[in-house]
Amino acid sequence: MTGTSLRRAGAGAWRRVLLRLLFTLALPAVLVTAWWVASDGSTNVYWPPLRTILKAFPDVWTGERLRTDVRPSVLRLLGGYATAAVVGVALGTVIGSYRRVRAVCEPVLEFLRAVPPPVLVPVIMLFAGIGDTMKVVVIASGCVWPVLLNTVEGVRAVDPVMAETARSYGISGPARLRGVVLPSASPQIFAGLRQALSIGIILMVISEMFAASNGLGFTIVQFQRGFAIADMWTGILVLGLLGFVLSVLFQVVERRVLGWYHGLRASTRRSP
Amino acid sequence: MRGANLALGAAGLAAFLALGEAVPRLGLVKEAYFPPTSRIAGALGDELADSAFWTALGDTLTGWALGLAIAVGAGIVAGVIVSVVPHLREATASTIEFLRPIPSVALIPLAVLLYGTELRSVLLLVVYASFWQILIQVLYGVQDVDPVAEETARSYGLGTWARVRHVLWPTALPYVMTGVRLAAAVALILVITAELVIGAPGLGARIAVAQTSQAVPEMYALIVVTGVLGLLINVGARTVERRALAWHQSVRGEVAV
Amino acid sequence: MHPRLAVSGLRKVYEGSGRRVEAVRDLTFTVEAGELVCLVGPSGCGKTTLLKCMAGLLAPTSGEVLLEGRRVTGPPPDMAFVFQEYGRSLFPWMRVGENVELPLKQKGLARARRRELVADALRSVGLEDALSAYPWQLSGGMQQRVAIARALAYEPRVLLMDEPFAAVDAQTRADLEDLVRGLWRERGITILFVTHDIDEAVYLGERVLVLSASPTVVQEQLKVDLPAERDQLHTRVAPRFAELRTHVYEQIQAAKRGTPVDRLTKSDAPEPH
Repeated sequence: MTGTSLRRAGAGAWRRVLLRLLFTLALPAVLVTAWWVASDGSTNVYWPPLRTILKAFPDVWTGERLRTDVRPSVLRLLGGYATAAVVGVALGTVIGSYRRVRAVCEPVLEFLRAVPPPVLVPVIMLFAGIGDTMKVVVIASGCVWPVLLNTVEGVRAVDPVMAETARSYGISGPARLRGVVLPSASPQIFAGLRQALSIGIILMVISEMFAASNGLGFTIVQFQRGFAIADMWTGILVLGLLGFVLSVLFQVVERRVLGWYHGLRASTRRSP
Repeated sequence: MRGANLALGAAGLAAFLALGEAVPRLGLVKEAYFPPTSRIAGALGDELADSAFWTALGDTLTGWALGLAIAVGAGIVAGVIVSVVPHLREATASTIEFLRPIPSVALIPLAVLLYGTELRSVLLLVVYASFWQILIQVLYGVQDVDPVAEETARSYGLGTWARVRHVLWPTALPYVMTGVRLAAAVALILVITAELVIGAPGLGARIAVAQTSQAVPEMYALIVVTGVLGLLINVGARTVERRALAWHQSVRGEVAV
Repeated sequence: MHPRLAVSGLRKVYEGSGRRVEAVRDLTFTVEAGELVCLVGPSGCGKTTLLKCMAGLLAPTSGEVLLEGRRVTGPPPDMAFVFQEYGRSLFPWMRVGENVELPLKQKGLARARRRELVADALRSVGLEDALSAYPWQLSGGMQQRVAIARALAYEPRVLLMDEPFAAVDAQTRADLEDLVRGLWRERGITILFVTHDIDEAVYLGERVLVLSASPTVVQEQLKVDLPAERDQLHTRVAPRFAELRTHVYEQIQAAKRGTPVDRLTKSDAPEPH
């Protein structure tokens, strides 16, 4: 390449980066500005000016509140989610590995999974009270189904050629589980884990709105009941932010664990 | 083979129900918290005979169906526009990625303030949550359009609308069906949530009432009803999806449950 | 002195959804140690079924497979199988080196020995640089080489190959055929090679077994008396090559038509060398 075309190529790369940055930030900037402008002189109780909301932010979400409300919420979510993940994958692997077991369990599992998770709150409240245990149990009970059922499906659907290859080389038992079955099922398992995450957040918030003495959901409801609208809005924003952050974290983990899967799909898409 | 599986499944179900009968009666769990299957069945019978139950069921289904319909309509329209207008997809990508994971339950306090226990509260939550399911699937579907087909259509002078009808839509349709299935399930969850937490009329509200008045078997009976509802929706959506895909020869390696 | 492999009276009947399909009726033949035997037959004649029974992956309805006198009831440790669908046989979450190493871990070999075998195997298929690539980053031909390397590293006494080159393009196939023949001459493994490609069977094999149509029996055994040194260019235009392939072709056409096989001409022992 000549000197001029090299320079042009370098300039082209810069242009592309700037263009991408523009696309990423343009619409959000427009929306936020529109919100600011539209709500600026607002006297509507329910739609305070964005300026007021943002000003209230540091006042409401102090370090103390982060400790007394945000931390317990997040810990409950993580506790319930982790429990559901472990139980779901373990049980799902067992059920998915044996055709008869799967056939026996299938109708019952399909029914239990069809029950909308929020109804678990009043049920579990019956015997677990209103403490932290209740919330963790609620979250776990709701999150386990997508994980379990997706694990069953993933384990069942191991490619027959792959299974035969493993058999022909004498790979069996725990080595087969760890080296063949679980990796092969992992994309499906991760799909289940992603669904479980959204359900977990919903249950965390609901269980706190329903019966709690602290937590994000509890705090927001308190603001709403006390008509502290701007504070309530900050709570909504925080909840939104939490959802976003967790989703990003999940994607980061998924990209690392399933890097091979994305590469595989990309290569088959390029040359079917 | 099929028959054997069905028989095993039925056996599993029967064992589950039997367990539900035996365990509380044996005192392994408190009967007050977990009534035996027969008591729940009895309460279910009482519910079915109660006209208030059917009103509540109707309210739930109305909220669900209306919310789903609005979400599907809005999702498809938005998805098509974003896909067809040049550059709009890249411009909206970041916004979608940010708004999508926001839990719709965050809007509950807002809904309470704005609409109280009206239907609109329910719709706010349902539409917000289900809309994203549809939109994302439409965008996946558009991504899947065969560029050769698109080029061919363009070279024959087909306008934007014609291309949407003949190239985009048939490719995207299976994805839209998947989106509808996912949205239907999400919609049910949000309807029940809205009724449970906000108190909008419906099955969820009835469950909350049963819980506060300590009518435990009735509560379980209602939960069974929501489960059956969820099951019917799942099965129904899957059947519709399969019918729509029956003619579609593409084997999508998408991981979707 | 046992033949390396002995198949006697092998029969396989598939039952399912109310249908009974006799895929393989009666297969009897032997393979001596160090031989390269090719199996050809019309489509659907149960070649894969036969191979999988021999590998212990499928249980025959009756009859038996003996590996050095011992019955094969499950995949034996000194037998390796190369599948046709290399894309689905290699594990996509492992790199090439890890794929080749996995069966060795199962054998319980020490790490140093494993690494040695992996490097050696990859070198003999010409992929020593591909150690840390993922299988799906490689071309089809290279992926099949990895599968072959994996089989080689396993140090098997018998190598079973099920139409391994059916899914690669013609030029790559030619290279891979030479690779297999080269490895065979170098290492003295006993190879049983199933193919639907008649030219390939005659080019590669010392002996060609022609199978009949389903329900399958051995239609004919043919000794390939071409020189041991073969190459794609010259061997394939040799007159003897043409004769042999024509003969095999006629046999297969007869098999497809279901022409009754004269059982007296069927021989189940290799002709004296």
